[in-house]
Amino acid sequence: MSKILIRGARVLGGEPQDVLIDGETVAEVGTGLSAEGAEVVEAGGKVLLPGLVDLHTHLREPGREDSETVLTGTRAAASGGYTAVFAMANTFPVADTAGVVEQVWRLGREHGYCDVQPIGAVTVGLEGRNLAELGAMHESAAGVTVFSDDGKCVDDAVIMRRALEYVKAFGGVVAQHAQEPRLTEGAQMNEGVVSAELGLGGWPAVAEESVIARDVLLAEHVGSRVHICHLSTAGSVEIVRWAKSRGIRVTAEVTPHHLLLTDELVRTYNPVYKVNPPLRTERDVMALREALADGTIDIVATDHAPHPHEDKDCEWAAAAMGMVGLETALSVVQETMVDTGLLDWAGVADRMSFRPAQIGQATGHGRPVSAGEPANLTLVDTAYRGQVDPAGFASRSRNTPYQGRELPGRVTHTWLRGKGTLVDGKLT
Amino acid sequence: MHRHLISAADLTRDDAVLILDTAEEMARVAARPIKKLPTLRGRTIVNLFFEDSTRTRISFEAAEKRLSADVINFTAKGSSVSKGESLKDTAQTLEAMGVDAVVIRHGASGAPYRLANSGWIDAAVINAGDGTHQHPTQALLDAFTLRRRLTGRDTGLGQDLSGKRVTVVGDVLHSRVARSNVDLLHTLGAEVTLVAPPTLLPIGVESWPCAVSYDLDSTLPKSDAVMMLRVQRERMNAAFFPTEREYARRYGLDGDRMARLPGHAIVMHPGPMVRGMEITAEVADSDRCTAVEQVANGVSIRMAVLYLLLGGNEPAVTHARPSVSHHQPADERSAHTPFTAEEK
Repeated sequence: MSKILIRGARVLGGEPQDVLIDGETVAEVGTGLSAEGAEVVEAGGKVLLPGLVDLHTHLREPGREDSETVLTGTRAAASGGYTAVFAMANTFPVADTAGVVEQVWRLGREHGYCDVQPIGAVTVGLEGRNLAELGAMHESAAGVTVFSDDGKCVDDAVIMRRALEYVKAFGGVVAQHAQEPRLTEGAQMNEGVVSAELGLGGWPAVAEESVIARDVLLAEHVGSRVHICHLSTAGSVEIVRWAKSRGIRVTAEVTPHHLLLTDELVRTYNPVYKVNPPLRTERDVMALREALADGTIDIVATDHAPHPHEDKDCEWAAAAMGMVGLETALSVVQETMVDTGLLDWAGVADRMSFRPAQIGQATGHGRPVSAGEPANLTLVDTAYRGQVDPAGFASRSRNTPYQGRELPGRVTHTWLRGKGTLVDGKLT
Repeated sequence: MHRHLISAADLTRDDAVLILDTAEEMARVAARPIKKLPTLRGRTIVNLFFEDSTRTRISFEAAEKRLSADVINFTAKGSSVSKGESLKDTAQTLEAMGVDAVVIRHGASGAPYRLANSGWIDAAVINAGDGTHQHPTQALLDAFTLRRRLTGRDTGLGQDLSGKRVTVVGDVLHSRVARSNVDLLHTLGAEVTLVAPPTLLPIGVESWPCAVSYDLDSTLPKSDAVMMLRVQRERMNAAFFPTEREYARRYGLDGDRMARLPGHAIVMHPGPMVRGMEITAEVADSDRCTAVEQVANGVSIRMAVLYLLLGGNEPAVTHARPSVSHHQPADERSAHTPFTAEEK
C-alpha cells in the first residue's frame, strides 16, 4: 500500500490534523482527509515531527563492528525517530579517503533504515598533521560536506586555519571537537569539586573554551564556517554567543546528556557516565538549556558512542568514553526542554531536524511537513512515561546512562521517504 | 561504608575511635614474644596489588598473618593481568576461590569502589590505596600516631583529636594520603591546614573541611603536627614547580623550620622520604619525626581493621555485617575482644 493516512496528528505540536503520504512524499495536510485506499495510522494527538537528523553519530563500521554497525546503528536511529545520521570519521580505517566514505555511504543505502551521510576526517589518520583529501571526499559518491577529527581536536592552529579555508571551495564545514590536548592530559572528568574529592584527573572547562575562542576567531579571519561539536560549558556558550553577535559564521551543538546529567553522578565511579567532553556542573547544564532555547546553540546532536559491555564494565580509568544516545535523545530533550517550557515542539523540530539538515546540507531532510515534501516523518507519543530498558535497544551496544530512569515520550512511528521503518514501536 | 573500607570519609567519629582503640589492643600483641592471634584462623585474605607498594603490602601481610589468616599475595606483574585480564575477571577468579576479603591497591581512583559495588564479588573490600583518591588505613595509622603522641598511649583510649592542629605539606593534588587525612582528621575533630604551592592544590579545595595556605613559615608555629607529603621529582618536569631547589626552599622542612614548631609538635611522613628536597636528614632523623613509628603503627591499624571487618562481633562501622556469621555458629565466634584465647 503506497498511501498512508496519519489521522489526528499534532503537526509540530499544533492542532490535530491529518497527513496523507503518497509514495515517497507528503501528498496533503489538512482536516478530514479521505482515507480511501490508504493504510490508516490513528495518531490520537501524538506529535508529528519531520524526521530527526543527527549531525553527530558514531556507527563504528568499518573496524569496530562489535560495538555497532551501519545496520544496527541505523536501526537504532529509526527507533529514535531519525531519518538521517551523519557518521563520524573515527573508524578503522579512518574515513579520510574517498574509498572509506563511499563504503559507509553505500552501507547506509543498502540497509535503508535511515540515510547515512559520512563525515570525512580533517587530517590524515586523525593525526592532526596533514590535511586529508577533503576535495576528493566531497567529490565522491558520498558527497561529503562535513569534516571532523571528532574524538580528537584539530589543535594545530595552522592546520585548522587551512582546513577552514580549503572547504570554502565547495561550501563545506569543519566540525571541531574542542579539547586542548595539553590541558586535558590524564583528564578523567570535569575539573572541579567532585574531581578533587574523587581523585580523578580534572578536565577543565577552559580546555574546551580556549579552543572555541581560537576557532571562531580563525573562522572570522578567513571568512569561513565552523561548527562546534558538543558544547559542555557555560563559558563555551558565552563565546559562541559573542561570536554570533559579531557575525562570525559559527554553529554549535549540544548533546542530550549534557542537557540533563551532571558530574555529581561520577561519584558512583560507574563508567556509564564517562564521556567526552565530561559531564559538567548544574550551572553548565542550565546555561546549555538556555542557549539551546535562545538559539545560541543551534542543534541537538547525540554523539551516539556505542561501546561493548566489557569496555564499560571495569574500573573508571580503564573504561571507554561515550554513551549511546540515538534511542533516548528525543525523550531527554522533551524532559529538559519541552516539559520545562523552554522549547515547544516546533522548536524541537527546528533544533533536531531543520537546522542540523541545513548545517550538514542533507537535502531531502529537515523539510516542512507539507504537501510535496519528502515523507520523512516521526510520530511521538509525548504523553508516555516509562523506564528506560536498554535490553530493548536496537543498537548493538547498551552503554546508556539512563537505565532504569523514567523519561517521557516515545517514538511510535518513523517514515523514511514514505516507508515505515518503525511502526507501532517495532522496527520493520 | 558498610562492610568494606573504601574511603576515610565513610567512617563516623565513633567508627574511627573504635578502630584506634582496637589498634591499641593489637599493638600490645606486637610486644609479645609470640605476635599471633587466632582470630582470623580459617579465613582467606587476598592482597591484590595492581601497583607496586612493598611497604603497604608487607604491612597488610604482617597484620593478616598475626591474625592467623591464610594470605594470598597477588601482584599484577607477571600475572594474568599483564596478559590483559580485567579487574572484574581477576576479582571473580578470586571469588571462586572463596576468599573472605580483598585488600586492593590500584593505580586507578575508584577501582576498590567498583570492586565493592559492582556485584563482581561478595568478599569484604579494603582499599590499600587507589590512584589519587584514598588510602584510608594510612589516614588511620596517622591518626593513631597523632593520638599516641599528642594525647598519650593510655590516656588516649576513647579520645578523638579535638582541637589538635595538623598541617599537611606538599603535593596535595596527587596525594591520596592528603585526601584521606583531611577527611579522617576532620571527622576526629582536628583542625587541618594544607600548605602547598597553588599548582599542587586541586581546584575545589576550598570546599574541603580544612584551611589552605601557600606559606609554610606562618603556619608552623600554630601546628601540633606537620605531615610532610612525598613529592615526585617528575612533577618538576610537568611544571608544577620550577626546580627542586625552589621547592625545598619554600616547602621543604629543615632544622630552622622545625625550630618554629611548638616544643611538643611532631613531624610525620608517610614514606618513602626524599631527603634533601621535602625533608632534610636532620629533621628526618630527629626524635620528633615519627616516620618509623608510623610504619609500626600501620600493622596495628591494619590488624584492627581486618579484625573489625572480618572477625569482630562489635562492628567497626555503622551497619557493619561481620561476615564471620556466615561461616561460624554464634557461639564459636570471637569474643568481644580478639585477645581472649591467647590470654587465657
